[in-house]
Amino acid sequence: MVAHLLRLKLTLLRNGLRRSPWQLVGLAFGGLYALGLVGLVVVALVLLRTVDPELARTVVVLGGSAALLGWGLIPVVASAADLTLDPARFTTSAIPMRQLLTGLALGGLIGIPGLATALAALATVWTWARGPLPAVAALVGAAVGVLTCIVLSKVVTTATASLASSRRFKDVSAIAFMVPLVLMGPIVAGVGRGITASTGFLPELAATLSWTPLGAAWSLGGDVAVGRPGAAALKLVIAAATLAVLSWCWKLLLERALVNPPYAGSGSRKGGKLGLFDLLPATPAGAVTARALTYWLRDPRYSGSLVVVPLLPILLVFQGSQSGHYGVLAVAAPLAAFLLAWSISADVSYDNTAFALHVATGVRGVDDRLGRALACLAFALPVVLIFAVGQYFFTGSWSELPGQLGLSLGILFTGLGLSSVVSARYTVAVPLPGDSPFKKPPGNVGQTLVVQFAGMGVLSLLVLPEVGLLIAQLVTGNAMFGWANLAVGLMLGLALFGAGIRLGGKWLDARGPELLAQLTVNR
Amino acid sequence: MTAAHPDPHSDPVVHAGPVPALSIRGLAKRFGGKIAVDGISLDVPAGSFFGIVGPNGAGKTTTLSMATGLLRPDFGTAVVHGVDVWARPLEAKKLMGILPDGVRLFDRLTGEQLVTYAGLLRGMDKDVVASRVGELLSALDLYEDAGTLVVDYSAGMTKKIALASALIHAPRLLVLDEPFESVDPVSAANIRSILDSYVAAGGTVIVSSHVMDLVQRMCDHVAVVAAGRLLATGTVDEVRAGATLEERFVQLVGGRNHTEGLEWLRTS
Repeated sequence: MVAHLLRLKLTLLRNGLRRSPWQLVGLAFGGLYALGLVGLVVVALVLLRTVDPELARTVVVLGGSAALLGWGLIPVVASAADLTLDPARFTTSAIPMRQLLTGLALGGLIGIPGLATALAALATVWTWARGPLPAVAALVGAAVGVLTCIVLSKVVTTATASLASSRRFKDVSAIAFMVPLVLMGPIVAGVGRGITASTGFLPELAATLSWTPLGAAWSLGGDVAVGRPGAAALKLVIAAATLAVLSWCWKLLLERALVNPPYAGSGSRKGGKLGLFDLLPATPAGAVTARALTYWLRDPRYSGSLVVVPLLPILLVFQGSQSGHYGVLAVAAPLAAFLLAWSISADVSYDNTAFALHVATGVRGVDDRLGRALACLAFALPVVLIFAVGQYFFTGSWSELPGQLGLSLGILFTGLGLSSVVSARYTVAVPLPGDSPFKKPPGNVGQTLVVQFAGMGVLSLLVLPEVGLLIAQLVTGNAMFGWANLAVGLMLGLALFGAGIRLGGKWLDARGPELLAQLTVNR
Repeated sequence: MTAAHPDPHSDPVVHAGPVPALSIRGLAKRFGGKIAVDGISLDVPAGSFFGIVGPNGAGKTTTLSMATGLLRPDFGTAVVHGVDVWARPLEAKKLMGILPDGVRLFDRLTGEQLVTYAGLLRGMDKDVVASRVGELLSALDLYEDAGTLVVDYSAGMTKKIALASALIHAPRLLVLDEPFESVDPVSAANIRSILDSYVAAGGTVIVSSHVMDLVQRMCDHVAVVAAGRLLATGTVDEVRAGATLEERFVQLVGGRNHTEGLEWLRTS
């Protein structure tokens, strides 16, 4: 039965790959990336063999504890957690509990995170191969540790299954996950500085962790190597007990989950509030704007990027404070303009087959295009203006403002025009409605890449005049170029914006059904 | 439900007599190597309650998508009340209300917002939309959930809100693909009475279904489709020819398995 479950997992993986060769490419890249990381970790662990055992023990225990913590925490926030062996699907199969647990646990090893953890854990055996006994102890520790990682993640996913299946939780966690991801640089730098400031603290932390469920399994090899078999025996008990308790919890939770499938209910709410539909003009274009703006606020695939944009200057200010030069802030406004304008180039792909409503109602292409672009402009324009003006409070060189504004507004309007054309003609692979923003579906990845790069190439050609004027201003220092840039950015940008809306609208009128057919394939 | 007739454009294919609500000629569609619809021609008389039945994968959805302007046919024409769907799509779409099967909705809107959106997209007046949305939601028992996001609706409620979006502009022809799927019996009865009075007032309804019983009770005309071809069409009584629709359907479509084998399933 265990073998059946493992074979099922492998078959699911293989059939998933068979659906499209691009997914195989994706897995290969993911695998290469993980292999690179794991390779580094393994090399490091092998090298640790020759260093002072205390240091090696500190590193192994801290790393292992972090891995365990990761296995416990990441499934909560990443709603894209692997549910291919979702226990709820076995409800009707009457598999004996013990075999189901073993099968699911071993199944958790198949996949990139499981294999990576297992390989790294096995490498610790080499770290402690300073004698037969430490090596054996490290092997036992690695086995217990990896199993604990997997069982912990299963306990967490099973316990939070009903929570995680509620849409609100998914939405919020997906957005919350963005913040640490974007701020990774400052966070790592801050933690790094904290660690170098207190080097004496780490061995102590490791020593303490090694007596807790988090680190016990990972310290076995080290304790035996430095000649403390008593401590090692006690820690083995701690680690084994942790695994046993977690497995027991998992069994209880699973037993409950199998008879009480997760229920994601929500109360009903009476109507009467039309939100943005009440505020904006009741025309087709106005309705599209209201709908698109509502999505920017409510759909995590959109609001995720809304969360990232305000973090952008924080990142740049952090960089500036590191180096003392705030010149890098000049990137903020054009970059935000580009990101926001380009984000609607996949708008129709984000609609997915809901776009059928636009085809069925026969809304004019121009109204569709204009509505979406205005929705983006509604917040992109203030954001770009604030970023463009705000940086000079740090740098004080106000003479550069007109040129900066010209470039940023040029990029914003040109980008919106270009996006309106691109999304009227091409679909790209994006996360499906309701999915996590991090989940890239297998789709026409090739077309996605071509569309993205070609689009960006065309955009950089279209804003060449603004870029040229900015360079001219920087080289000559003549403020006239800045004012010229402001005029060109606004006029050329608006002209291209109008042309983009027109052309996109025309294409949409002519090819709406074909676009819908492409979306149906991507679904 | 009786908007002024748009310009009585006469297609050469359309024969004399009253203009049919929907007239399709030689519609065909191929997906890759598979021929989904293989030349279907059909007239749906104005004011009829028309059922399209067929086994799974018969090409019902593909045919209806091509007839309503959602999917471009490889061959053939579709004409709604004298307006060619593919030559004058905007005009034709004004006449039709469509409930497609298997497409998503803008489900991050509340039910009320979604139906309002459908109305506004069609360029309708705001006050008319507001009053019709209220009436539609009450009639479909969705009033209590008008402010809930559609993504949190049950499958049946989702069908109903999609139906409301198709009705908002008072179309002359309603094309409903599997409208009763996962709708509870009470709501189904509600929907049927709405559709009945719509037909009584001169509207035309086309439903696709594979529930023969429902089609026999509800529709006055029926077409049987299988493997992308039209097998029979006419009034329900003509097509079923004395037998029940289900018997006649199985006879037409064939491929029924006789329950030999499976002896072990007979317990005791």
